[in-house]
Amino acid sequence: MGHLLETIESGLPNGLKVLVRPVHSAPVATCWVWYRVGSRNEIPGRTGISHWVEHMMFKGTPTFPKGSIMRLINKNGGHLNGFTSEDYTAYFETLPSDRIDLALRIESDRMANSVFDPAEVEAERTVIISERQGDENFPEFLLNEEVTALAFRAHPYRHQVIGWKEDLWRITRDELWTHYRTYYGPHNAVLVVVGDVAPSALLKRVEELFGGIPAGESPPPVIAREPPQTSERRVVLRRPGTAQYFLAAFHVPEARHPDSFPLMVLEAVLSGASPMSITGGATPTHRSARLYRALVETELAVRAGCNYSFNIDPGLFLFSATVRDGRSLEEVETAIWEQIKRLQDEPVSADELQKTQKQARAQFAYALESVSNQGFWLGLMEMVDTHRSFDTLLDQLAAVTAADVQRVAQTYLTETNRTVGWFVPTEHQEVQA
Amino acid sequence: MSMGSFPTSNKHAPIGPHTIRRATLTNGIRVVVQENHTSPSVVVRGYLWAGSISDPPEKAGLADFTAATMRRGSTTRTYQEINEQIESVGASVFFDAGRRLTRFGGKSLAEDLALLLDILSDLLLHPAFPPQEIEKLRGQALTHLKELEDDTRHLAEREFRQLLYPDHPYGRPIEGTLESIPLIQREDLVAFYQTHYTSHNAVLVVGGDVTAEAVFELLEKCLGGWRTDESHAAEMPPVSPPQEARRSVRTLTNKTQVDIVCGTVGLPRTAPDFYAARVADTILGHMGLMGRLGDTVRDQLGLAYYAYSTLEAGLGPGPWSVSAGVAPEHVARAIEAIQTEIVRMRDEMVSEQELEDAQDYLTGTLPLRLETNEGITATLLDMELYNLGDDYIIRYPAIIRAVTREEVQTVVRKYLDVERFALAIAGPYQE
Repeated sequence: MGHLLETIESGLPNGLKVLVRPVHSAPVATCWVWYRVGSRNEIPGRTGISHWVEHMMFKGTPTFPKGSIMRLINKNGGHLNGFTSEDYTAYFETLPSDRIDLALRIESDRMANSVFDPAEVEAERTVIISERQGDENFPEFLLNEEVTALAFRAHPYRHQVIGWKEDLWRITRDELWTHYRTYYGPHNAVLVVVGDVAPSALLKRVEELFGGIPAGESPPPVIAREPPQTSERRVVLRRPGTAQYFLAAFHVPEARHPDSFPLMVLEAVLSGASPMSITGGATPTHRSARLYRALVETELAVRAGCNYSFNIDPGLFLFSATVRDGRSLEEVETAIWEQIKRLQDEPVSADELQKTQKQARAQFAYALESVSNQGFWLGLMEMVDTHRSFDTLLDQLAAVTAADVQRVAQTYLTETNRTVGWFVPTEHQEVQA
Repeated sequence: MSMGSFPTSNKHAPIGPHTIRRATLTNGIRVVVQENHTSPSVVVRGYLWAGSISDPPEKAGLADFTAATMRRGSTTRTYQEINEQIESVGASVFFDAGRRLTRFGGKSLAEDLALLLDILSDLLLHPAFPPQEIEKLRGQALTHLKELEDDTRHLAEREFRQLLYPDHPYGRPIEGTLESIPLIQREDLVAFYQTHYTSHNAVLVVGGDVTAEAVFELLEKCLGGWRTDESHAAEMPPVSPPQEARRSVRTLTNKTQVDIVCGTVGLPRTAPDFYAARVADTILGHMGLMGRLGDTVRDQLGLAYYAYSTLEAGLGPGPWSVSAGVAPEHVARAIEAIQTEIVRMRDEMVSEQELEDAQDYLTGTLPLRLETNEGITATLLDMELYNLGDDYIIRYPAIIRAVTREEVQTVVRKYLDVERFALAIAGPYQE
């Protein structure tokens, strides 16, 4: 494409892995620190603790007191955020490139020196419960939580990243502190810098700032393995609401598994290539895909799609739809099963395969417009597989055959491997003031 | 076709007269191009003068419905053909109605720009308004509107606007209502298109891995035939801020969180005190973790996951508001804390440090905002819409730096009259 970029990989003796990708097209740079900890690492009673620690990382250190991290980044023309997933917790700052040192100083400092002030922990408890209550206002969140909890019996992927509300009321300051000390450290982290930087000078600075942080002990491994599902599972949520929602989840392999590429292609055939942009400007390409044609064009649903997400351990392939007013969940479900059967019975056409490849190429190009996106993808792939997969992704997708797609549909999208959830709205409890 | 001057090449210089390329198509459409060779992609954005301000009150949602129908077929391409052609190359096109304007555009790989413009112009100039597609859209809209009846955040925003702009197009929902959508007929959509979708005062911006000459040539070919007669947008009725406190509560007992929106009528983007208001709003509800509001309501009191302010300054005086999501038992305390912060901004000048921080933020984030083709085209489109001039990005830091503490206080005093706020509450809460 004429836009090939190179990632320089290195490491410090304390275990910190460093990925630097010089991109000189704009005077900006992004700094990401990824920790190998998420809801996957949580035990019953402490669900949501990883996400809570993420919140505490903005509460300051002795060097950067509370409130100063965001303020300093903003003052220097940057923006930042943090987020927690099942598999990782990530922090980033994107700045004018001449200010990137500030991001490195903040990240190296809070890797070891975050303050977990008991009063701040308490103030944050209600903020996080408020975040969860905001989620609960959406029927789709409630349905997702039920279906996920039913699909997984043994693996911690069964609970949401935000955690159960009962745990959020109970978790203590010391538990948060221990979680931080266990998982935050150079031995469990990856630093990613993308942008208008000189790699040698940057690496020298990384060494100065991060080199002195002692390596901690290896965190405990996640040993839970989900047993194979042997029969269909179902849940029906009857709650006040105004629309019917459908969600189905199939167990699928982890990102590192060779079947992840055919699953991505399968996803694209059904609902278009996934946008790769985290910075807005998503380019949807689902309207010519099979699910939209079979459900939205036929007026069974107003929205229908599917999603395969990259995970460290085997995760879920989701189908979701919002039923059109006047139609039924049965009709929507039947139409989705028909589309799956079609994928199992007939190979996808050469044209369809080619289309998914071109779509992926376009989504990839859109992602390259921003250094933040590149930092995100390099880090994400490094968490669940290897960062090199980011640069070889298009080639891997191009190598997928129609037979591969048919095989993964037959292998994973089976009746015994699925968990089905319906949201059935009951009368709305509304009081007009 | 007339063209602007040849640009100098300096990829790190901010966007300005030396990088922006202009042309006027034979029918008068202004075209602006900014080359950006970071990635092999391109974004097209434009606007025309068709907005919900022209919706008849009983047919609220007409502009929005028309924009949605534009995407649904031309005289030579069906909806599915459009989807297939555009998505086969990973591209997209859109039409999106606002209160005064309809924005349209698309995104593609640079190699597919000709296809993107061919389809976009076909839809713009030769829409078919297929009856069966209109019915599909109506069904989708009605389901969506029902979903919104269950969405506390949306309900609070909608009720707030109705409180703030009673009997005014700014108070009506752009997406229409469960009552108005069934009344809109195909003739209404066609008539709206014929009245408003002209190239008169329309602007097109292209940003990406392209050459300006190639873009001008393509656009002349695609849009040179777009009719030029004057659009007949409705007159903007006068707006006045509330003279008394207004309050609305929508109780939804099945929810766990209460959403709150409160505020008043702000100012248009072209008002002389716009920049002071922008700085004030940054300090009040953006800077750091949602500004002073975030500091108090979230960080110190732990009352909410979110509490921030929004200054919606467009062609007309949009709202200047505060939004927060809180637990039912904290509603009164949260509202009080929000009011206290606004009163503090009104009664005391912000500190030198706060002003400087906000100025640093507003000027310093420019390179980030101009990183992607979306960011570039959105900025250039605003520069066209508000006549800011090609040197706006170069002048912008000085404009922001010129704002004083006194001006910040004056603008808060002038607009943010908390005693006369409109306040909308939606969720598991009763007065």
